[in-house]
Amino acid sequence: MTSLKETIYTKDEANNKMFAERQFDAPVKDVWKAWTEPELLDQWWAPKPWKAVTISMDFREGGTWLYYMQGPDGTKQYCRNDYSSIIPEKSFQGLDAFCDENGTINTELPRMNWRVDFTKSEPGTKVKIEISFDSKESLEKIIEMGFKEGFAMAHNNLDELLAKQKS
Amino acid sequence: MRRDIFQAIADPTRRSILSLIALNAMTPNAIAEQFDVSRQAVSKHIRILSECQLIKKEHAGREIYYHFNPKKLKEVDKWLQPFKAMWDDRFNQLDSVLKNIKNKKS
Repeated sequence: MTSLKETIYTKDEANNKMFAERQFDAPVKDVWKAWTEPELLDQWWAPKPWKAVTISMDFREGGTWLYYMQGPDGTKQYCRNDYSSIIPEKSFQGLDAFCDENGTINTELPRMNWRVDFTKSEPGTKVKIEISFDSKESLEKIIEMGFKEGFAMAHNNLDELLAKQKS
Repeated sequence: MRRDIFQAIADPTRRSILSLIALNAMTPNAIAEQFDVSRQAVSKHIRILSECQLIKKEHAGREIYYHFNPKKLKEVDKWLQPFKAMWDDRFNQLDSVLKNIKNKKS
């Protein structure tokens, strides 16, 4: 079993930003590859029990990663990430979106800005992720969806429990 | 091990236990009878819920009753928790991918 490493999660509520920081036992070169090569990304990108499948990947500034996440019931959620800035083995930035199988963006759903930084550290590599939203509404919508996809039950049951407890 | 409330409520059996206890305080045996899984499995779920204080133990004579503690649920950070749950999972998978890369090289 791999040892569980602590991820530090922080938020900047005023600026609609979230951060995650974690260490990996591998050189920057390998961690960078895992984030930028589709065969590797597909192996870890989707949180269980979902799986990620790349349709196309053009990892360069102005390029796009088009993929879908498939749920245990077969549902496919298409997503894309448009890369805006790439500094090899240091950082990349992009803007993601929900879309259809042709990559046509669903404009009703919020998009997230990504910035991922890689730095050499004691165990190997420190990865810092910054996710920012254009507004508080966008952020809340994504959070709501996150609950819906993986944790809808927990959330609903939570509300039910709290409601029962009040009455 | 530090228990995470969100992980605790992400499990369907534990949510069912909470739903049961929310209505009425129950003994561990009465809880176990409601599920098809082994008593040990139910005990483990109870222990996890208890460790993150979602349920509280109270003694009534020789019996132990578990009560639901709704105050604890309010501590769940609705902002960071979904994000956290997703990334913990991803990062652990990324660890395995990196390990494979390393193994292939050697």
